[in-house]
Amino acid sequence: MAEKTIKIALAGNANVGKSVIFNHLTGLHQHIGNWPGKTVERAEGTLRFGDYTIDVIDLPGIYSLSTYSLEELISREYIALEKPDVIINVVDATLLERNLFFTLQLLELEAPLVVALNQIDVATKKGIKIDHEQLGKLLGVPVVPCVATRGSGLDDLVRKAIEVYERQHPPSLHYPRFGLEIEERISELAAAVEQADTGYPARWIAIKLLERDPEVEKFVYSRRPAIAEKVNTLAREIDRIHSEPSYAVIASERYNVANQIARQSLTVVSPEKPSWDERLASLTVHRIWGYLIMALVMASVFYGIFSFGDYASSLLSNMFGQTRTLFFSTFGTSLVAEFAWDGLIEGVIAGATIALPYIIPFYVALSILENSGYLPRVAFLMDSAMHKIGLHGKAFIPLMLGYGCCVPGCMACRIMETEKERFLASFLTTLVPCAARTVVILGLVGAYVGIEWALFLYAFDLLLILILGRLAFKVLPGEPVGLIMEMPSYKLPSLEVTVKQTWFRLEEFVWVAFPLMVVGNLVLKTLRFLNVLPILEQAFSIITVSWLGLPAVTVTPLIFGVFRKELTLVMLAALVGTSNFATVLTGPQMIVFAAVIMLYVPCVATIAVLIKQFGYKRALAITFFEIGFAVFVGGLLFRALKLLPLL
Amino acid sequence: MSTSSIEEYLQTLYTLEEEGKPATTTEVAKRLGFAPPSVTEMLTRLAKEGYVLYEPYRGVTLTDEGRRLARKITRKHRILERFLHDILRIRKDRAHREACEMEHALSDAAENGLCKMLRYPDTCPDGKPIPVCDRNERNCVTCEPAVESPKLRPQPLLPLCSIRPGQRAIVRFIRGGRMAVKRLYDLGVTTGIQIQLKSCAPLGGPVEITVRGSNLAIGRGLAAKIFVEEC
Repeated sequence: MAEKTIKIALAGNANVGKSVIFNHLTGLHQHIGNWPGKTVERAEGTLRFGDYTIDVIDLPGIYSLSTYSLEELISREYIALEKPDVIINVVDATLLERNLFFTLQLLELEAPLVVALNQIDVATKKGIKIDHEQLGKLLGVPVVPCVATRGSGLDDLVRKAIEVYERQHPPSLHYPRFGLEIEERISELAAAVEQADTGYPARWIAIKLLERDPEVEKFVYSRRPAIAEKVNTLAREIDRIHSEPSYAVIASERYNVANQIARQSLTVVSPEKPSWDERLASLTVHRIWGYLIMALVMASVFYGIFSFGDYASSLLSNMFGQTRTLFFSTFGTSLVAEFAWDGLIEGVIAGATIALPYIIPFYVALSILENSGYLPRVAFLMDSAMHKIGLHGKAFIPLMLGYGCCVPGCMACRIMETEKERFLASFLTTLVPCAARTVVILGLVGAYVGIEWALFLYAFDLLLILILGRLAFKVLPGEPVGLIMEMPSYKLPSLEVTVKQTWFRLEEFVWVAFPLMVVGNLVLKTLRFLNVLPILEQAFSIITVSWLGLPAVTVTPLIFGVFRKELTLVMLAALVGTSNFATVLTGPQMIVFAAVIMLYVPCVATIAVLIKQFGYKRALAITFFEIGFAVFVGGLLFRALKLLPLL
Repeated sequence: MSTSSIEEYLQTLYTLEEEGKPATTTEVAKRLGFAPPSVTEMLTRLAKEGYVLYEPYRGVTLTDEGRRLARKITRKHRILERFLHDILRIRKDRAHREACEMEHALSDAAENGLCKMLRYPDTCPDGKPIPVCDRNERNCVTCEPAVESPKLRPQPLLPLCSIRPGQRAIVRFIRGGRMAVKRLYDLGVTTGIQIQLKSCAPLGGPVEITVRGSNLAIGRGLAAKIFVEEC
């Protein structure tokens, strides 16, 4: 039997577990977490199943097939135009009715469908029992119960998907019907659309026209302008019958159908009593407790990372301390040995002792925060504060992710609804001290000047973000839109997911950062050998020495910091020949150095993401603005710190 | 006692209620710029007409009928302020004074026309909420065609943010254009559906509701467009 390649797309509401299923099927590690909007771009992977090669596509989560957001547009165009062979509609079993609202729209599109009834275990725990066969009969498509986090039911899911593909089933004629007065008008319009030969199902086009979908209207009217009049008449008739606009009537009707199907296929066994997650949910958004808990969580995350990092860092540097003597006593002090040590080995050691101790606990904390479902609660609590800078609470999620790395932070800005908000949120996210900058702040200021000064830098950064956000909001054109977001239930973050996520992030960090550190150190060594550094230091001394009050050597790390921010500290250690920074920098100098690194120029990876999302012009505008701003603020900070006699 | 002075008193009482301040004779006198004795006299008369409950030295509260009238006149006042400020570009304080004069003469039909022209505003220029109208519509889009004698709602509606956490209510009206309606509908907030208010963040933060089994966070701006009937 010849091998067959089929294309399967995963579609459904946000935060139902599409990416978890995707990861299980393809073995890839698409970003997962317990907050709506993680998947911003479709991801693709392959799965071999029997004689089949299956291309699996993970689509962003959406609630409807209209075109009000970028994600909806991406998903609708993909489903309607690229026509995957089978669509797996992932449905959250605990929220059947709301999820079926979207399933019904997929049925309208006459897409070959399999429904994955996910989180069936959570539903059972909540006392919701779903008769999946009955549900399948009502919908006219196969329904497979599964628990994606454990991988159970997924084989069956793929088998059913292949069955649907093999049957090449004629588009289901079974789809649930709306009220008679609407069905009549849909049929009348569908008959007219049929002649227009749109390539789409006529009934779907008719429904979308009655919903006054702007994209579909444009598309159809350009071919058959005459239909416009018919649509107007029919839609207005519906308006009049229901005293509601036709798109609202159709949405209500869809919900009615969804409600009926849900009621006929599920039974609630136990009366709902508040479980631990519900109690926690109301406590964490409480008007007083919520904020206290948030402060406590943030403080303990920060303190935990710092104390672990500080301890592990000194332990590691003690361990590596003897290596140098050992190395040179073994290989002698030839030029080659010196090159090998300074260029290759020291880069790795510095990376391991300075960066890893802070980054590992950070990734663990981030993963737990993300998977528990706490991030949307923070977004809820921060909504009114974010309004002050022209954004709504959701923007707090990219900002929080920015503390990990600005690259996923900037990508998460896609959850914002308008272009202006996306740009503003991305700009502010690049100013958030990422894990790499945390290495510099904690490893330099925290370790040598004092933890309170590290905290000061974080607070100072937050203040600057608020001020810049407020200014940028006034300058950029466009209206803000309000927050609307689903609040997921709390879940106990699984150890496996946390370990895996930390590992993948760490792996990425090691593969990208370590080679850069080694190469950076080699280049540095070469430059030193060629005696170029003094020229560079001389050229920039007006900025570094006169304005910022830093030693002239700092210019090289600052330039190399564009590649990765933790490189600055590693290179500084290489340049001054010691990683005991107290011998070369004074307290205020450390603070100024860290502040400049915290604010200046996004790293190349972040610039690349900015270019991809906003184009060269705006990405470069952000980059150059931030360089100037960091130098400006750094100089002021230097002068302010001079006034303090304590340091 | 003229209609316009009744309306002025009711409006003042309504504003105090909105701000959560006790309506004492002194406070009302201060706001209206009258002497306390004449305010006391006027409040007694309003009580007789059935607009307020008045206990001397304790304060005044609006009756349902009084609140209905107060809402109506406050609505006219704030819509006029929006018109004077946004369209005619009159300064806020002047717009306020002028609206105070005009509100008593503005007909319901003219108020409805202004509301449509201003695209169903949510707040006055100072950010205070504009009360919902009493036309029996489910949202603003169906209100578009001009109607001679509109049907009125059997009972007044409340803004979603004004009910107590834990309380259940039925969504009856969504103010605003297509975009707001569509976003809410897609997430299951349709007219006629029962919702439960879970919590309200302080300082104009979002509200959390349960609808069709799911929990939604809705920003105050959008939540202010949702009007409900308690149940």
